[in-house]
Amino acid sequence: MTRSETHLSSVESTPLLDGFHEQYSVHLDKFDGPLDLLLHLIKKNELDIYDISIAVITRQYLDYIKLMKELNLEIAGDFLVMAATLLQIKSRQLLPQDELEETDDVENDPRAELVRRLLEYQQYKEAGMVIGARALLGRDVFGRVASEPMLEAAQNEEGPLEVSLFDLVDAFRALLVRIPAESFHEVAPGDSLSIADCINEILSILQEKETIQFDDLVREEFTRERVIVTFLALLELSRLKLIRIFQGSEHGSIWFIPAVASTQLEE
Amino acid sequence: MSHELSAIIESIIFTAESPISTDRICDLLNEFDRDDVRSALAELVEFYENRGGGFELAAVAGGWQLRTRPAFQTYVTRQIRAKSSKFSQSSLETLAIIAYRQPITRAEIEHLRGVDCGGVLKSLLDKRLVKILGKKDIPGRPLIYGTSKEFLEIFGLKDLKSLPTLKEIQALEEIPQYERQDELPLGQDNPVPVESDLPFE
Repeated sequence: MTRSETHLSSVESTPLLDGFHEQYSVHLDKFDGPLDLLLHLIKKNELDIYDISIAVITRQYLDYIKLMKELNLEIAGDFLVMAATLLQIKSRQLLPQDELEETDDVENDPRAELVRRLLEYQQYKEAGMVIGARALLGRDVFGRVASEPMLEAAQNEEGPLEVSLFDLVDAFRALLVRIPAESFHEVAPGDSLSIADCINEILSILQEKETIQFDDLVREEFTRERVIVTFLALLELSRLKLIRIFQGSEHGSIWFIPAVASTQLEE
Repeated sequence: MSHELSAIIESIIFTAESPISTDRICDLLNEFDRDDVRSALAELVEFYENRGGGFELAAVAGGWQLRTRPAFQTYVTRQIRAKSSKFSQSSLETLAIIAYRQPITRAEIEHLRGVDCGGVLKSLLDKRLVKILGKKDIPGRPLIYGTSKEFLEIFGLKDLKSLPTLKEIQALEEIPQYERQDELPLGQDNPVPVESDLPFE
């Protein structure tokens, strides 16, 4: 309590400029541009926004700019533009009006444009305060927080993970790399494997087993031809929506399951 | 059955990282009838409304999200630190202008505020509250801005239509804020059911 008293008395006893200093430092972060300053001055002088005394407002506005200069603050160009606008309005008011225009002075009021801008600005200033007063997520209300490591762990756990076509292609490429380089003196086998045969093979395996792995399909006959034909057969099967493709984990082996459960097929 | 479906939906909303839409929930639960999912969801919403617990099921950003009630902010922040996202007057003003007037160019924002908005706009873009919608087909092809889904999520808005209208905001300024309540009907004035009309007598 004593502290605030001494604070007050010190302000009163200091020279005029320091008093301004005090006043200014209070207002500095409050004014958010020239329109904000004008609104403040209108409120302070209890003026009607539709009938602003331009002379009063302009004088006080220019006082603020002078003060900013005295405090060696950089005056934003926007403030100077507004000062010029105010002076222009005042000078237009001083000029004698055209006799023809005199009848309709509301429309020709040089203040009209400024008033319109002030009202519009005031509207958004208030809208800003209204939305800022809402219960903000992360400040007033909180969602359920799942920390990053927890999520990652959950993703790495083994479990079916539907894969895209590109994962399938990657797996295929990885498999091709593992195939030993072709030896050129080998005699080509007489009977070539057709995709249709391979599809039938896979389907018959799937009838016995619920799931198969790509590696299992080519284990017996690990040749380039076999791998390619099997891959094409699988693509065809997934196109026909007869199988679904899963990956156990990231970079893990790819599994295939029949798209329709066998029980449903029987029905 | 329906109760179990409500429980399933609750588990999905509980684990969702961001607000999850009704359509998305229906897609995830494709083995159930969409209408059943919708009615189960409505049941869940009603349950949360009547529960009066520490958290609620909020309709935000076109979806559903579980969040704590604002009334418990002081208690919750004892455990978890609130984000220091205190918005300055200038950023709230700019955000309000973008929210109400989108799509809007920077020059239009600056005309409304009468001041340079470059810095404010950049920080709003960094916070992902505002996004670039494209370019306006006028000379210079300036960028046009709008609010993002994050804006709706953070400000707890269901959609842009649920922003208070500018007229409502003006009304707030004029009328002192107090809860208006209709006059309570007094006990005697309550229409008493006429017993003789009952068919069982």
